[in-house]
Amino acid sequence: MTLSVLRRYGTRRAVLAGFLPLLVLAVAGCSSSRGASVSIDPNIFLNAIIHPDGPIINGLYLTIFVSIIAQLIGVTLGIFAALGKMAKFPLFRIIANLYIWFFRGTPLLVQLAFLFYGIQSAHLLAWPTIELFGFTVTQEVLAGTIILGVNEGAYMAEIVRAGILSIDPGQNEAAKSLGMNYAQTMRRIVLPQAARVIMPPLGNEFNNMLKNTSLLMVLGTYELYNTFASKAGLAYQWFEFMGACCVWYLILTTIWGFAQAWIERRFSKGTTSSSGGPSWRDRIFGGRRSDAGEEIAVLGGH
Amino acid sequence: MTTPVQISHDLLGAIGGVPRPEGDVVVDARDVNKYFGRLHVLKDVCLQVRRQETVVIIGPSGSGKTTFIRCVNHLEKIQSGRIFVNGHLIGYRESGDGKKLVEDKEKNIARQRQEIGMVFQRFNLFPHMTALENIIEAPIQVRGVDHDEAVAVGRALLERVGLAAKEKAYPNQLSGGQQQRIAIARALAMKPALMLFDEPTSALDPEMIGEVLEVMKELAREGMTMIVVSHEMGFAREVANRVVMMDEGTVVEEGTPDQVFSHPTQERTKTFLSKIL
Ligand SMILES: Nc1ncnc2c1ncn2[C@@H]1O[C@H](COP(=O)(O)OP(=O)(O)O)[C@@H](O)[C@H]1O
Ligand SMILES: [Mg+2]
Repeated sequence: MTLSVLRRYGTRRAVLAGFLPLLVLAVAGCSSSRGASVSIDPNIFLNAIIHPDGPIINGLYLTIFVSIIAQLIGVTLGIFAALGKMAKFPLFRIIANLYIWFFRGTPLLVQLAFLFYGIQSAHLLAWPTIELFGFTVTQEVLAGTIILGVNEGAYMAEIVRAGILSIDPGQNEAAKSLGMNYAQTMRRIVLPQAARVIMPPLGNEFNNMLKNTSLLMVLGTYELYNTFASKAGLAYQWFEFMGACCVWYLILTTIWGFAQAWIERRFSKGTTSSSGGPSWRDRIFGGRRSDAGEEIAVLGGH
Repeated sequence: MTTPVQISHDLLGAIGGVPRPEGDVVVDARDVNKYFGRLHVLKDVCLQVRRQETVVIIGPSGSGKTTFIRCVNHLEKIQSGRIFVNGHLIGYRESGDGKKLVEDKEKNIARQRQEIGMVFQRFNLFPHMTALENIIEAPIQVRGVDHDEAVAVGRALLERVGLAAKEKAYPNQLSGGQQQRIAIARALAMKPALMLFDEPTSALDPEMIGEVLEVMKELAREGMTMIVVSHEMGFAREVANRVVMMDEGTVVEEGTPDQVFSHPTQERTKTFLSKIL
């Protein structure tokens, strides 16, 4: 029964379907049949969602802001690292490979601690606090965003490289034969075409990014998770606050799912004659395509 | 270094019948040797093409025809020999003692390629750009031509290849024959001094071959200097000044179309012709 449901609706939809009853359980505050009575305050849970206070709103903004900037850094570094990996000069290849090797081979949490606390305690570098568009970006937020971005770049490098390699070499040759140099060929001919291949995995990367920002907690920044964690710790209402925290992340990732489907559909318009991108329903709920890579990307992340 | 030869190549206004001086050599390939790993693909290949000449290269598959014309715009490296286009050594510069070749800077190679148009067997149009965008891309990006001017020239070229109505079409909305004609227009937009064609009609459905050959014939009549790899006999007989037969990396025979097709002197040419006729 369960298996056939999985096969029919895909894993993502099944996971979602399993989560909903759990929520209902939490809201209803059902009591268990044995032992100490279950204590759940549904009002705390609902309030944190329906009437989020200032700290929660700020945490939400910070999570979104950090995710977007870090992803932009990641895409930019990813492009350069991908080009470096494919460069003629061995030095560029070595630098790119070392970068990718380190950031993919160590935990993000350890990278954050090493590159923030480690570098500061050794007096190698003091992360500054800066003013940006009238906002104060603390050294923790600045460092966290950059480290997340640099880490992301290592993953984007492989995605961008695969995108570039998927383009017919004839495109590169046609551009060269017209007198275009390497930079022009990449910028005008190869990367715009690779973008279509890069978009779906990039979307999954951003989904991961939204969730990975929670690791900034080790730097003491009040993004979504740390905001809720401190509330939960103070009130000792972990179930209610973490439940609400999950809902907020789900809201973010679900909205992104819609946005991703829309972007992919736009990208595939005009340039491909057939089908177009996956429908938004397939994107959000994990469609019926049992594309292995996609399922792994959704379930596994990094 | 020789001084740069300045040539006017205003294609749109080009007229045939300009006297062809003996020394006016556009392509001068001398003893070109090319290896793919241990495979010796070009063996001491020599070929001269004069201004406004059309040279057709024939020969069995794997004989090195594609490799040779790719060497002419340095899409392939060569291991020894020299290729000059308009007096410039292509892809390399002589090292101090003049014995060894050193690969030239990317910038110089790119500049040389601007003068050499290339048309591929598989068209290689840019699929994310419309027909017109394909044509104006290089003039704007590479030559720095003003956008409006590039569009005007692009439209004139579309008109010339008979596709004025298709300027907004994307490559996947065009037939093979139409794509190849756009590809020719795209190469011509750079106003090249030399055009290279690598089996431009062999990936086309038979009914589309004619329209592409028509464009090429007109180009030849207008005095474009061209090297064409093709087995289209009719085309060769009509516009080729010379036909070159290649086999196993060497030039086996060369002469007028009549000499090569009707009175071949080499066994290998006879064998090859008997197979394709
Ligand atoms: N990129 C390459 N790497 C290795 N061998 C190649 C490559 N391109 C062509 N060759 C070989 O070089 C020879 C000449 O090929 P090619 O120039 O394409 O011949 P033609 O165009 O006359 O059919 C063939 O044996 C072919 O297999
Ligand atoms: Mg060939």
